[in-house]
Amino acid sequence: MHDDHTTAPKTRALRLGVAGPVGTGKSSVIATICRHLRDEFALGVITNDIYTDEDARFLKSAGVLPEERIRAVETGSCPHTAIRDDVTMNLMAVEDLERDFAPLDIVLVESGGDNLTATFSPALVDAQLFVLDVAGGGDVARKGGPGISGADLLVINKIDLGPHVDVDVDRMVADAQKARDGRPVLPLSRKQADTVEKLCDWVREMHKTYAGGDHVPVDPGPMAPHHHAHDDGHTHRHD
Amino acid sequence: MLLADGRLPAGGYAHSGGLEPAVAAGRVTDMPGLERFLIGRAQTTGLIAAAFAAAACARAGRGDFSDLPDLEAELDARTPSPELRKISRDLGRQLRRALSSIHPDPRFEALGAAPHQPIVMGVAAAVLGLAPQEAAMASLHESNSGAAAAAAKLMPVDPFNVHAILARMTSRLDTLAAQAAAAAEGPPSDLPSTGAPLSDIAAEHHRRRDVRLFAS
Ligand SMILES: Nc1nc2c(ncn2[C@@H]2O[C@H](COP(=O)(O)OP(=O)(O)OP(=O)(O)O)[C@@H](O)[C@H]2O)c(=O)[nH]1
Ligand SMILES: [Mg+2]
Repeated sequence: MHDDHTTAPKTRALRLGVAGPVGTGKSSVIATICRHLRDEFALGVITNDIYTDEDARFLKSAGVLPEERIRAVETGSCPHTAIRDDVTMNLMAVEDLERDFAPLDIVLVESGGDNLTATFSPALVDAQLFVLDVAGGGDVARKGGPGISGADLLVINKIDLGPHVDVDVDRMVADAQKARDGRPVLPLSRKQADTVEKLCDWVREMHKTYAGGDHVPVDPGPMAPHHHAHDDGHTHRHD
Repeated sequence: MLLADGRLPAGGYAHSGGLEPAVAAGRVTDMPGLERFLIGRAQTTGLIAAAFAAAACARAGRGDFSDLPDLEAELDARTPSPELRKISRDLGRQLRRALSSIHPDPRFEALGAAPHQPIVMGVAAAVLGLAPQEAAMASLHESNSGAAAAAAKLMPVDPFNVHAILARMTSRLDTLAAQAAAAAEGPPSDLPSTGAPLSDIAAEHHRRRDVRLFAS
C-alpha cells in the first residue's frame, strides 16, 4: 500500500519560527505578517500552546487567514521540548499543512511562550525570529541568550510603549545590536506603519534567499544549561 | 530499549496516560494511589496495547501484513473514547515519523495513513529484529514510565518513591508481556479486551477542560 503520509511533502515552504518570552507579541507579529503578505504568498500557521489552543483561536478570530490554514499543536507542559528536543509533533503538523495546501510559500510556527533560552531546532525551521518587547524591561536585550544573540531576526516589539514604561528604546536597540554581532534588530510597533513594512521586507528577503536555494539554516545554539524536571519532582523556573 | 525510552523524539512527553484527569478528579492523591493507578492501567489498557504490539510484531516478523487492518479495527473496538482513539493514532504517526527517520525501513510503509501507536510499536520491534514478547515489554515499559514521569508535574511527589513503584512493577510487567505474547499468535479478535471504561470517560472530559498540562 502506498502511503503518502510517510513521505515528505512534494513542495516545501520556507519554515519560519517565531519564539520569545510570554506575551511579547509573537501571535501579533504572525497576525501582522499574515495580514500584509497574504496576497503575495501562500501562507500557513502552526501555533504551539501549553494548555490549550488559545493562540490558534486568537489568530482564527483575528481573521488573518482562512481558519483551516491555522493549526494548533498542544505541547504539554514543556513548550521548548516541542521546538528543540522533540520536534516530531511540530514537524508533522508543518508537513501536513504543506501537503494539504500545496504549494505553500511560507509556514509560520509560533512557539509556546517560554523563557529567554528557548530557540527552534534547525530540524524544524529554516529561519527564526525572536520577539522581545519594551514592556519586559530595557535590560532584557543586554542579558543575551541564544535567541537574542543568534536568531535570524531580533524583534523589539511594542516600541510605542517605550515612554510609558520608562524604557529608552534607542538604548535597548543599541544593546541588542551589541549582543548580536551584526545580525539584524528590528524595532517594531503595529502602530507605526514604517516598522511593519520593514518586518514584511525582511520576510520577503528571507523567502527570496530561501527560494533561491542560498539559505542555510543557522542554529542559534542550544539552550543555556537549565534545570529540567523529568522525574526529579521540581518544576523549573521560567524567567 | 530504544522503543521503550520515553525520550525517543515521538511526542510522548505531551501526554500523561490518563494520570492528569485522574489527579484532577481526585482519584489519585498520593503515592499508594499512584501505584494503584499504574497497576490498574498496566493490567487493562496496558495489556491490550502490549498484546497488539506483540501481534503486529509477530506478523511483521513473518513479512505478513494482511492482518494489519483487522488489528487496527480490533484495537478501535477496544477503545470506546474517540479522543483516545485519535491520540493513539496521532502518537502512532509520530512514532513512525521518528523511527522512519532514525531507522528507515520499507516495512513502515505497510502501516496505513494513521496507525495506532501499539501497532507501530510492534512493526518497529520487528524491524529492529525483536521478538513479540520484547515488543510487548517495550510497550508496557514505555507506557508505564511515561505516565509515572508525568506524576512529577501533576502532584507533590518524591521522585525516588515514583521510581520505587516502577521497580516494584517490573515483574508484574514481565508477566503481562508473557501473557500478551501468548495471545499474539491467535486471531486479532481473540486478543485481550481488558478495557478500563473510566479512563475512556475521563479522556473525553479532559479534552473539554480549559486548563490542562497534558493533552491526555
Ligand atoms: N502597545 C502595543 N501592544 C502590542 C503590540 N503588539 C502586541 N501587543 C499586545 O501585547 C499583548 C500580547 O500579544 P500576543 O501577540 O498575544 O503575545 P504572544 O507573545 O503571542 O503571547 P503568548 O503566546 O501568550 O506568549 C496583546 O495584548 C497585544 O495586543 C504593539 O506593537 N504595541
Ligand atoms: Mg501567542
